Amino acid sequence: MRKPVIIGVGLTPVGEHWRLGLRDLAVEALLNAMEDAGVDKVDSLYVGNMASGSFVEQENLGALIADWAGLGNIPAVKVEAACASGGAAVQEGVKAVMSGLEDVVAVVGVEKMTDAWPSDATRYLAYAADAEWELFHGVSFVALNALAMRLYMKEYGYTEEDLALFAVNAHANGAKNPYAMFKKPITVETVIKSPYVADPIKLFDASPIADGAAAVIITTEDKAKEFVDKAKMVEVAGMGRAIDTINLANRKDFLILKAAKVAAERAYRMAGISANDIDFFEVHDAFTIMAALSLESIGVAERGKGAMLAKEGQIAIDGDYPIQTLGGLKARGHPVGATGVYQTVEAVWQLRGEAPNQVPDAEIGLTQNIGGTGSNITVTLLRRV
Amino acid sequence: MGRPMQVARYWRHFKEKYRLIGGKCKSCGHVHFPKRPLCPECGSQEIEEFQFSGRGKVVSWTIVRNPPSGYEYYKPYPVALIELEEGPVVLAQLTDIDPEKIDFGMEVEMVTRKIREFDEDGIILYGYKFRPPIK
Repeated sequence: MRKPVIIGVGLTPVGEHWRLGLRDLAVEALLNAMEDAGVDKVDSLYVGNMASGSFVEQENLGALIADWAGLGNIPAVKVEAACASGGAAVQEGVKAVMSGLEDVVAVVGVEKMTDAWPSDATRYLAYAADAEWELFHGVSFVALNALAMRLYMKEYGYTEEDLALFAVNAHANGAKNPYAMFKKPITVETVIKSPYVADPIKLFDASPIADGAAAVIITTEDKAKEFVDKAKMVEVAGMGRAIDTINLANRKDFLILKAAKVAAERAYRMAGISANDIDFFEVHDAFTIMAALSLESIGVAERGKGAMLAKEGQIAIDGDYPIQTLGGLKARGHPVGATGVYQTVEAVWQLRGEAPNQVPDAEIGLTQNIGGTGSNITVTLLRRV
Repeated sequence: MGRPMQVARYWRHFKEKYRLIGGKCKSCGHVHFPKRPLCPECGSQEIEEFQFSGRGKVVSWTIVRNPPSGYEYYKPYPVALIELEEGPVVLAQLTDIDPEKIDFGMEVEMVTRKIREFDEDGIILYGYKFRPPIK
């Protein structure tokens, strides 16, 4: 199969974009990526988006965005996998290029969340859970994650302060990212003094509701030479994707993200590497507990030791396992369906040596994007060409 | 959200939500809730109805302080994962309880309660919640 490479990236800052609609954000990111790649047309478009129908009453995003970006009569579809929609869209784009069906593919992740009333936004996010057996009982997405966090703390003896370290790290890194929603460092005290949203999850354990779009251009290694220098090429070396029970209660083990484990194993096998070979990790820290569980599930930490990495300072840029290098979902912001593409863009920056807080000599990066309460997960490995 | 045809969406689940009836695999004996078309253990499609006792223990819990729209009435309210005595775990609200007193392993029993109301002229949803047992 053909070797897929990313040759261009584009994005908008994450934030509350009152003056911009979904299409404005998507088209801005997409055109930026095309300019970065030096391409003026693409063979197809994949749009990562979770809930545009609920948030802005707009489906058919393939047609909308390709039309408004002037891409002509190309094939264009929306890819939905809850909060992992962005990661899934990137993987669909990669598959199209690898298969030989399409040579130059655009992927854009977009979500416009702030047009909705906050309690409605909470409802729409819960649509990623099981409507009849979870949302029916009035559970929010935060609450589902809180059930896991309480168990995790009890099982392994961690405190709220311990898990807050993930938020502190994310904000420290986000402060250096001009596209991040929050550019202010915080302390453990900031997290602990913030109000509970769903005990034991506090406001600062959780990622914000936000708007944003990010895009990448994918082609083959051979074709890439027509557009950019080698320094701008980043290979998609491996990828995997898996689901778990949609309903948290149906899980045999509440403290393992089985879908992440399976997805990571598939990605490692495809790339011919192990977790030890990876220089940085963009994991899905929608909540601090998810950062801990993610590190364990992708094989970076042993079971119950994910939060230990934070306590030992190993997750910082200069640690052994840098995570959330540009702020993660927590500080960069989490426009749900766009997040996986933001992670991809940030990994590309690191591998091109263009990140504002560079991981020294980064050669391989991992992005892990979670949809639902761990029910739909993508893992993608990117490598310097 | 008060669309009349929502009614069918909810009465489909009367057995599960009013009576806590789930599924039992005729092939391997595995019980599960809610009832599935295939046994999650062995894949068999021979599934019969199974009546749960309604008794269980709290596995984990949280307090919902920022509910999804439509559920504001009871806020803040506790939601828990409850392991039924027959094995499966269900997610439900806890009721008739001081949230401060909820603990791991606490015994609870199922009761039928109002879950939410839709707008004026809309339907009222009932279903299972769990409370400390009345002895």
